Amino acid sequence: MSAEQETTQETVTASGSIKSRHKRFLWIAVGLVFVVAIVALVLNALGSSITYFYSPTDVMQNKAPQGRAFRVGGMVEGGSVVRGTDGLTVYFNVTDTAETVSVVYTGILPDLFAEEKGVVAQGKLDDHGVFQATQVLAKHDENYVAPEVQAALDEAHKARAAETLKQ
Amino acid sequence: MIPEIGQFALILALLLLAVQGTLPLVGASKGISAWMALSRRTAQGAFFFLALAFGCLVYSFIVNDFSVLNVANNSNTKLPLIYRISASWGSHEGSILVWVFMLGLWSCAVSIFSKHLPEEMVARVLGVMGLVSVGLLLFLLLTSNPFDRIFPVPAEGRDLNPLLQDPGMILHPPMLYMGYVGFSVAFAFAIAALLGGRLDATWARWSRPWTTLAWCFLTVGILIGSWWAYYELGWGGWWFWDPVENASLMPWLVGTALIHSLAVTEKRGTFKVWTVLLAICTFSLSLLGTFLVRSGVLTSVHAFATDPKRGMFILTFLAVVIGGSLALFAFRAPKVGTAGTFKILSRESALFANNVLLIVACGTVLLGTLYPLFLDALNLGKISVGPPYFEAVFVPLMVPMIFLMGVSAVTRWKEATLPDLWTRLRWAAVVTLIVAIVLPFILGRTSPKSVALLGLGFGMAFWIITSALAGFFDRAKYVEGSFGAKLTRQPRSFWGMFVAHIGVAVFIIGVTAVKGFEAERDVRMAPGDTVSVGGYTFRFEGTANRDGPNYHATRGTFELSKDGKTIRKLYPEKRMYFAHGMPMTEAAIDSGVFGDRYVSLGEPINDDKQSWSVRVYHKPFVTWIWAGCILMTLGGLLAMFDRRYRVSTRRDTGKPSLPSSDSVKLENA
Repeated sequence: MSAEQETTQETVTASGSIKSRHKRFLWIAVGLVFVVAIVALVLNALGSSITYFYSPTDVMQNKAPQGRAFRVGGMVEGGSVVRGTDGLTVYFNVTDTAETVSVVYTGILPDLFAEEKGVVAQGKLDDHGVFQATQVLAKHDENYVAPEVQAALDEAHKARAAETLKQ
Repeated sequence: MIPEIGQFALILALLLLAVQGTLPLVGASKGISAWMALSRRTAQGAFFFLALAFGCLVYSFIVNDFSVLNVANNSNTKLPLIYRISASWGSHEGSILVWVFMLGLWSCAVSIFSKHLPEEMVARVLGVMGLVSVGLLLFLLLTSNPFDRIFPVPAEGRDLNPLLQDPGMILHPPMLYMGYVGFSVAFAFAIAALLGGRLDATWARWSRPWTTLAWCFLTVGILIGSWWAYYELGWGGWWFWDPVENASLMPWLVGTALIHSLAVTEKRGTFKVWTVLLAICTFSLSLLGTFLVRSGVLTSVHAFATDPKRGMFILTFLAVVIGGSLALFAFRAPKVGTAGTFKILSRESALFANNVLLIVACGTVLLGTLYPLFLDALNLGKISVGPPYFEAVFVPLMVPMIFLMGVSAVTRWKEATLPDLWTRLRWAAVVTLIVAIVLPFILGRTSPKSVALLGLGFGMAFWIITSALAGFFDRAKYVEGSFGAKLTRQPRSFWGMFVAHIGVAVFIIGVTAVKGFEAERDVRMAPGDTVSVGGYTFRFEGTANRDGPNYHATRGTFELSKDGKTIRKLYPEKRMYFAHGMPMTEAAIDSGVFGDRYVSLGEPINDDKQSWSVRVYHKPFVTWIWAGCILMTLGGLLAMFDRRYRVSTRRDTGKPSLPSSDSVKLENA
């Protein structure tokens, strides 16, 4: 920014006062147009490529959007992984221990995908409430649990603890 | 015993660095030369102890000393020697030690190669680097001690994360860190200039080679990381806009702006304040990169299990460094003043515009990377910002930048005229337009979208190449003699720029071709099945078992052929590492100048035919992406070894820089 001022000031001192004032306005105008263009570009791009994260509980409470891509995360439910006859389609359930969401994915799963392990899937809900995943995310370390997944599990845990207290 | 020596060496280094970070700075402001003279000795002494500590850690890894927690967590007796060594920087603790060690290395290098600098300057530069080192060394000792012991001593280590057991990962972190840490030199020079009030062309000439070298390391570091992700993660992509990748891209973008702004400061004596600000920003972003990766605040496919205490420490450190240096900047920068004038149409303004575009590009990447963190911190929901955002924002910013890159190479300093520019650039413009319009159709594309993509991409690449050539012929006019003389009489800094810019063109060609022509298929294959992609045929011949030193592997055999002619066999593997119980995919790649053929094994499918799910790719020109990065690095190195950085040092008197003889001619012409 400072160098921009530098140039403006230089042009100010270099030329006459009225002319220089015009020039300064011109510079400010150019700067404003540039800033507005960038902001418009960024907002437009952000609007169309933000993906929200929901826990299976959120999805079951219809908090997740219909017809728009989002991410769902939790643990892969034990014993829920089933392969389709084509060998590439995989069905599994994602759970936060309170609720579960059925997920379908066609393609090759990441290496660290396993039952009873954390998973994040990106995709859309179809009309039958099945999550059609376009991407299943990997992690790099078997000790690592994505913060969202951890939060979703903690949330469900807290909710259940509150339930037990009420009873 | 050895780990204790390492620990002790770290403490001694801390004491020396504390001296290095205080007395020379005080000495420089009070004019006490004995205190200033301490800076070199302490920097070299601290480096000795840091090297000793690092040596102790490597030794502990080599001899499998599992009584050291860090070794027990990240190594294994079955781990091959080379990976035991690289495991020293594979873990969090080790990588921070390497960070500090490299900071010591850079400080030591400054202390050796600064004979011609005024004593005051050296004292300030090394003093600032000492302060930064103290902060990071405290971080290491207080939150991530690499020499912590464990009792009872485990009989066997937990092994290095299999993803890191790879040649690319031996080199990627050290190169990246050399880049990050190297920008501390530019930062220290900037702070020293602010403290001393001396900010002129000579100052720019001193800090320029250091900054360029750091930039070269960072470029190579990012390149190796990208290459590793490409073949090791098995997803076939070379850039994912992952937060951790962005963390390394941001200092690169601002660092690129910095080396160009330094060029203007050296040649023309302008942009001083701007250059100082960029130097501060570049290093701050390097620190931010370390913070983002090491604190675990990012949701990232790269993220490893981390400790929140560490995040707080780095965040505080970051606030102190960035806040402190910006405050100093605010107080002192106006005193530094401005000098030199130039018109709107001049090389200065073209470079400045590109600087702004690079900064804005960095800003948008920063926004996309941190936005999810802000929303999460404010409890407004958990989101992720995907590659479409970055692509949608980045490309529109890069198009004018590439255009100006070509223009600035032939524009005169101070003042240029449009007719003159047109004379210099008309051939470049015509060739570029023809290529951009015709090439997509020659390559057989007709859909408007892919014609636009290819036209834009190849157009930008050819614009860079042709305008760089125009720049060369422009300069060649002022050199008498044969064509050979014209080639050899250009200064190395010119060839540096030329090669680096051609590297950008090569990179763009690679990106465009991969984007436009890549083909990917996920298929189920039984032995004997074939699959075709991009004109190549892969025939699956079956799998066999193979044992590595610390893993079992299932190795698939694929025959790669084109038009019925066998090219070679490919052997992708699915490995199961003993210690982690973690499966790993090793892709097999047939790499060539015009593209890669890539195959990786998915999972075995439980049927009677022993089928596997298999992923195959054809990636045209993907190697050009990395070749482009290598050219950029070579360009940087060439520019760094320009004669004037050595010759001019003797006649250095603090006067504004003497432009090299050729550019004088160019300006006078």
